[in-house]
Amino acid sequence: MLKTFSIGGVHPEGNKISAHQNIRQAELPKQAIILLGQHIGAPAKAIVKRGDEVLVGQKIAEAGGFVSAAIHSPVSGKVAKLDTTIDASGYRKPCIIIDVQGDEWVDTIDRTPDLVTETALDSKEIIDTIKEAGIVGMGGACFPTHVKLMPPPGNTAECLIINAVECEPYLTADHQLMLEHAQEILIGVKLLMKAIKVNKTYIGIENNKPDAIELMTKVASKYAGVEVVPLKIKYPQGGEKQLIDAIINRKVGSGKLPISTGAVVQNVATAFAVYQAVMKHKPLFERVVSVTGRSVAKPSNLWARFGTPLSQMIDECGGLPEDTGKVIAGGPMMGKALPTLEIPSAKGTSGILIMQEKESRRLEIQDCIRCGKCIEACPMGLEPYLIIAQAMKQEWDKVEKDSIMDCIECGSCQFTCPAQRPITDYCRLSKAKVGGILRARAAEARAASESSKK
Amino acid sequence: MNVILIAVIALGFIGLVAAVILYAASKKFAVYEDPNIGKINEVLPQANCGGCGYPGCSGFAVACASGPDLQGKFCTVGGQKVMDDVAKIMGFEAIATDPKVAVVRCNGSCEHRPRTSQYDGATSCAIAAATYGGDTDCSYGCLGCGDCVDACQFDAIHMNAETGLPEVDDSKCTACGACVEACPRDIIELRYLGKRNRRIYVSCVNEDKGAKTRKECSVGCIGCGKCFKECPFGAITMKNNRAYIDYEKCKLCRKCVVVCPTHAIVEVNFPARKPKLAVTEAVKPAAPATKAPATSSTKAK
Repeated sequence: MLKTFSIGGVHPEGNKISAHQNIRQAELPKQAIILLGQHIGAPAKAIVKRGDEVLVGQKIAEAGGFVSAAIHSPVSGKVAKLDTTIDASGYRKPCIIIDVQGDEWVDTIDRTPDLVTETALDSKEIIDTIKEAGIVGMGGACFPTHVKLMPPPGNTAECLIINAVECEPYLTADHQLMLEHAQEILIGVKLLMKAIKVNKTYIGIENNKPDAIELMTKVASKYAGVEVVPLKIKYPQGGEKQLIDAIINRKVGSGKLPISTGAVVQNVATAFAVYQAVMKHKPLFERVVSVTGRSVAKPSNLWARFGTPLSQMIDECGGLPEDTGKVIAGGPMMGKALPTLEIPSAKGTSGILIMQEKESRRLEIQDCIRCGKCIEACPMGLEPYLIIAQAMKQEWDKVEKDSIMDCIECGSCQFTCPAQRPITDYCRLSKAKVGGILRARAAEARAASESSKK
Repeated sequence: MNVILIAVIALGFIGLVAAVILYAASKKFAVYEDPNIGKINEVLPQANCGGCGYPGCSGFAVACASGPDLQGKFCTVGGQKVMDDVAKIMGFEAIATDPKVAVVRCNGSCEHRPRTSQYDGATSCAIAAATYGGDTDCSYGCLGCGDCVDACQFDAIHMNAETGLPEVDDSKCTACGACVEACPRDIIELRYLGKRNRRIYVSCVNEDKGAKTRKECSVGCIGCGKCFKECPFGAITMKNNRAYIDYEKCKLCRKCVVVCPTHAIVEVNFPARKPKLAVTEAVKPAAPATKAPATSSTKAK
C-alpha cells in the first residue's frame, strides 16, 4: 500500500504530454527582461545602472531584506534601462532590461559537465553560498531557500523531505530533470542535509513516474540515509503540509510552520540548483520550463534563462495554436492565466500551459446544493462551501473563524464542485482580506504595547 | 369554593411579590438614556447605511445627542432637512453642508480603452483586481464587474451596458460612500453635487507615464499639466502623472475642460457652450458632450 496524505485530495487527469522529452536549451532572447520581484518577500534592489556591461552569472540585484533573494544576470550584454513590465501577477512591476550581446559567462562558473562530489564548506558556508546564489523554492512558490534552511529558534530540523511529487497535471519539468540529472540532485540533497545537519532524507515521488522512482532509488542507494518514497497519485500531494503528512505521518498544526514537525521540505529542482551553486559556482539564472498543452505542436522541456519572454518559448515549441483559449503560467490547478505573452519567465515559471478554447472556458455558475464534495476534497479540512457563502456577503470575521488562513489555494474545492462555483477565487480574496485585518490588528497591538511602555 | 379562594389569594400574593421585586429592580438597575436620542432616532431615515461614519442610525443619534454641536456630523441620506430637525431637537445651531454625490472617475469605455484580454473569473471586481490589471492594458481603470452596484443600498448606481462603466443616478445617490469603499481601484469619489448639479472632475485615475497612458486609453489623463497651468484658482494638483481637481477650490469655470488634450476632464450638466467662442468650439471635447446627456437622462428616470 503506497503512502499518501490523509485528508481530502482530488484526482485530476495527469496529462503529462511533455514527459520524456529531453530538456533542450531554449534560444537566448534578444532582450532579457529581468523582474526584481521573482520571489516571496521584499523585491531585490538593482545594483546595475543603464549602460553597464554585464556577464552571465553576474549579480545585478541584491536581496532587499532577510526574506528576499539576489538576482544574477541570465545573459551577457548591456543594461538598456530600469523599467517596469507586466509580470505574472498582471500588474506592472520593476525590472531590469538587458540588450543581449553574445553569451559571455563569469569565469568563476565551472561549465564542464564533470561531477563534483566533495566540498570543504561547512553548514553555514553552504547556506551563505545558497543565499548568495539567489536560490528560491523552485516548486513555484519561490520562497527564499536560505530562510527555510535556518529554522526559527525553538525548532530543530530532524529530516529533509525532497519534493519530487510534481502533482500538478501537465507539468513534467521535475520529472525530466530527475531522469537527466539524478547524480547531481543527490549531491545537492547531500549538501542540503549537511546545511541543516540532519542524516535522514526522504525523496517523495508520485507513482506516475516509475522510471524516475527506479533511477532515483538506484542512485540514492549509494548515499546513506537517503530513501526514495513512492507515493500514491493524489493532488495536492506536492503541498508542503500534505507531503509531510504523506511521508512521515505528522500534521502541521493550524497557523504553525512546517518546521514545527521537524521536517524541512525542498523541491527537487532546488536540490539541483544547490548542487550547481555550491559545486559549480553557478548562481540561479535558468530553469527547466515545460511548454505543454493538448494542441501544442512540440511539447517540450526547455532550459530557459530567466527574462526570456514566454512568447519566444512558445514559438520554439511550434508557436501558439490557433484554438488557444488561455495560456497559463504554472500548472492548471494553481497556475495563473496570463493577460499577455510578453511576460518574462522568472524563477517560479515551472511551466507554460496552453489550453484549447473549448477546455479553457469556465462553465456557468450554479447555486450551491450543499453536497459537501468540496469539504471532502479540501486537504486542509476546511469547509469551502461555507467560506464562499460568507465571503460573498463580506463577513470576514466569520471567514476568519473558519480558519481561512490555513487554505493553501490548491483549487481542489473548485475542481470538484458540481455547480462550478468559483470557490478558490473567493478563498483567495478572503485570505487577502483576513490577512489585512490580522496585520492591522497586529500593528494596533504593537502600537498599544509601545504606548503603554512610555 | 374554598379551593378557588385559596388559589386567588395565593396567586394574588405571588403577583404582588413579583411586582414589588420588578419595581425595585427597575429602579435599582435603571439606565438613564437621554430622551433626545429617541427623538433624534425618530427623525433619522433608518437606512442604517453607515454613510455618516457611525454604526447605524442609532449610533449616529447617540453621537448627535452627546456632542457639543453638530460639527462634522451629517446624515447623507436625510440631507439638510433631517439635520435641521436634529438641530431643532438638540437646540444646536444648524450647520449648512453642501450635499455630495458619488462620481465615477473612469471614462474608459469599450471604444476608448481597447480590450486586450478577456476576464473569465468570478464576477467580482475585488477578485479581478487581485488576479490582474484588468482586461485592458490600463491597470488603474474600472474593471466593470459591478462591486459598486452590489454595494449600493439606494439603487443609485448601475452599469451601462454600452460603455461597461457604472453610472450614478444623482437623484438617488445619498453619498453614503458604500461604493467608494467597495471599489478596489479607488475610482469612485464623493464630490460636491454642485450648483444645479454641475460638476467638473478628472475622469481618470491612471498613474502611468503619459506615453503609456496614451497607448492604454484614448481618454486617460496623461499628466501633461496643461489644466494645472490653466486653472486660475489653484484648484488643480499634479501627482503621480495625473491631475486632480480639488472640489473645495474649483469654481466651475470650465477652463481646464477646454485645454485637456485627451478630454479626461469631464463637465456634467453644463449648458452647451456659446458658438461665438470659435476656439473653444474647435476643440470641444466629444467625450463630455456624450457624457452630459447620459447623466441627465438617468436623472430623468
